[in-house]
Amino acid sequence: MRWWQRRETGTLVGLLLLCLALFIATPYFATLDNLRNVAEQSTVIGTLAIGMTFVIIAGGIDLSVGSVVALSGVVLAMALRAGAGAALAVALALLVGASAGALNGVLVTIGRLPPFIATLGTMSVGRGLALLLADGRPISGFPDGLRALATARWFGVPVSVVLMLALFAFAQLVLTRTVLGRFTYAIGGNAEAARLAGIPVRGYTTGTYIIAGISAALCATLLLARLNSAQPIAGIGYELDAIAAVVIGGTSLLGGSGSVLGTLLGALLMSVLRNGLNLLGVSSYIQQIAIGAVIVIAVLVDMALQRRLRHTPS
Amino acid sequence: MVSPVGNTSTPPATPRLQMRGVRKAFPGVIALDGVDLEVRAGEVHVLLGENGAGKSTLINVLGGALRPDAGTIALDGDTVAFGSPRDARARGIAIVHQELALVPALSVAENLLLGAPPARAGVIQRARLHTEAAAALAVLDPSIDVRQPVSALRLGQQQLVEIARAMRGAPVVLVLDEPTSALTPHEAIRLFDGIRRLTARGTSVIYISHRMDEIAVIGDRITVLRDGRHVITVPTRPLQHEQLVRWMANRDDVVPGTSTGTRSVATAANPSDAQPAHVTQHEHSTPRLCVHALARRGVLHDVTFSADAGEIVGFAGLLGAGRTELARALFGVDRLDAGEVFVDGQRVRCSHPGDAIRAGFGFVTEDRKGDGLLLMRSVRENIALPLLRSLARFGVVPRPSETTIAEDAVRDLRIRTPSVQQSVLALSGGNQQKVVLAKWLATGARILLLDEPTRGIDVGAKAEIHTLIRSLANRGVTILLFSSELPELLALADRTLVLRGGRLVGEVTRAESSPERLLALAVGAVSADAPAGNAA
Repeated sequence: MRWWQRRETGTLVGLLLLCLALFIATPYFATLDNLRNVAEQSTVIGTLAIGMTFVIIAGGIDLSVGSVVALSGVVLAMALRAGAGAALAVALALLVGASAGALNGVLVTIGRLPPFIATLGTMSVGRGLALLLADGRPISGFPDGLRALATARWFGVPVSVVLMLALFAFAQLVLTRTVLGRFTYAIGGNAEAARLAGIPVRGYTTGTYIIAGISAALCATLLLARLNSAQPIAGIGYELDAIAAVVIGGTSLLGGSGSVLGTLLGALLMSVLRNGLNLLGVSSYIQQIAIGAVIVIAVLVDMALQRRLRHTPS
Repeated sequence: MVSPVGNTSTPPATPRLQMRGVRKAFPGVIALDGVDLEVRAGEVHVLLGENGAGKSTLINVLGGALRPDAGTIALDGDTVAFGSPRDARARGIAIVHQELALVPALSVAENLLLGAPPARAGVIQRARLHTEAAAALAVLDPSIDVRQPVSALRLGQQQLVEIARAMRGAPVVLVLDEPTSALTPHEAIRLFDGIRRLTARGTSVIYISHRMDEIAVIGDRITVLRDGRHVITVPTRPLQHEQLVRWMANRDDVVPGTSTGTRSVATAANPSDAQPAHVTQHEHSTPRLCVHALARRGVLHDVTFSADAGEIVGFAGLLGAGRTELARALFGVDRLDAGEVFVDGQRVRCSHPGDAIRAGFGFVTEDRKGDGLLLMRSVRENIALPLLRSLARFGVVPRPSETTIAEDAVRDLRIRTPSVQQSVLALSGGNQQKVVLAKWLATGARILLLDEPTRGIDVGAKAEIHTLIRSLANRGVTILLFSSELPELLALADRTLVLRGGRLVGEVTRAESSPERLLALAVGAVSADAPAGNAA
């Protein structure tokens, strides 16, 4: 496949056009500070969307990630406040995320629940647990060992952005170069064919949900570093933003195709759009309309392109 | 809806349906090459032909699902052009496909009157719905309660509901595609009753079936199609059974009047096979595969057989006899209730396809696109899929060796593809099937289960796949060939085991095999389960 036939190309072109338009429309867009700001804002949803990409490529969906962000964030904050080191606290948060993902995976593969239903349930359970643990209040007042994640820069680039890009690069390698990645595409493309090829479909499907849970915990870590507190009501609606980033990036909700590279572009596009509309002084109500329109148009264009590609004989 | 008119006693001058010079090409295949079909008012017209002869394409053209590249269709002398199935239905053409189109959760009555339920101000009148539905089912099966959901019915009853729905519209032309495949003999007789009532009122029926006995009972005339062409149209009586098989199977160099014990039909079905290239090897005293008393409740019963290295063992049987079920059970897809499997004398337990692959099995399923291939992915990824885990180091796929394996397979099996990076979606059916075979050869499979390996493949590619199967056997691979196409079994198999109702009911060696012999075993010799057993 040539580069211009790749599905990500459309998203990239859209992103560049949007940047160009904003560059012309407002002098404040193309400043170093603003671009840094845009990149930083994209890290939260970007990180979350990595795991979502795996789940969706494997033919599933995970609605619980927003709640898992809150739950693992609360656990992280409690661990920090109890005096645990940053590394231990983050490890604990990742464990919480992975466990939530494992539960989702088991419900979907062994319980045979539709992913939508299973994760709708765990979404509510996760949110309730977070509220219960935090007693409904934000947790703050701990040594700022994680603060560096939000403030430090490498050669002018925020560390959180570097971290996100590294995660995307790693995920891209996993998807394209490893057995796990290949099986993820195989299961989403044709689960029965995958099973008949001897692939342990249940195990690998569960694996994608665990990756989504770990993504959520990483997202919670970035969020806590930025806000220096953890909220049990954090992450509400994040799952939909993550799904939007994945879909704008050209990953099909039917499973079997897509890439995290596209998801990165999708997350950036949403972030740039929000930022640009803010700079232009567009009300937040209209911003919602604009973002909704972008999602729909992106998928419409993508489907039209796919139809043309499929016009090869079958 | 056009109400049917016509007189059944004398054929009218204008045929009810006249299709002329219908042509339809798909990329790589000419499905219909100028077919003519003429159906009279009130007749049951049988369409006969092997798989791939063009029957379904012709029906889809008639039903408006496909647009012909050339040719005309005339109904009662009026030239018509159908842009969609809706157009065809509006002109009174009703088609009952093999795949059912019922809504399982709705009741029988709601399904029967799905398009236009009796309603007043948008509210469905349940009493009228039920009486009208019961009336529609009265002939075919009055025992069906029209209030229960369709999902509660047996497959055969669902088939009857579907047929009743098509009949209810008093169609001008009714097409039935293998309508009896899921029916009990009793239900089949009721169906024939319903067909006769319909034709008496002038409806023409196009009837697709392979069962000679029922064709003799219900058919008026037969049209034989072969390789997308019209071969001949003859009256059903007298039924020239052997002549029909010859017309369907092609080739005129056949010795007429074959009975059991001759090779003539086998060679006729595939002239290139006059001298089978491969010789069965009996190097070991232990057979490659031994299957003992295999059982799966309600599906397979006490299946015992063995197969040697390099042997091609055919499995014949009617639809539902247990061919696919046996293949799936051997491959660990479906759980076994009893039985033992030995490969090279070693007991193997396959509770998952992964176990079967490690034991040396490969499985080419009958539904290549549905469960054999990842259509959107490349040839390379498809071929490497089953052996990816053994190929990988620390979970990372070594791209170069993967590419080498795929390229070797493409060369070895002569898969026509621009490169191994090509997605299999763009390949022809024959080449897709070779990709599936390549997948299992790459794992080093020693026993290949081939379920309908040439289904939906054009004639040229079919011969190529057959040659390939033979050469694999020559290399020592054991082949279990599950096929509904008798010519395929006759051409390839060293011996053929016949399944009926999940049991092995007979074994026919290559020397003594013939379509008649296999068919007789498959239907139960005296055709006990045929609706009217006077012609088999």
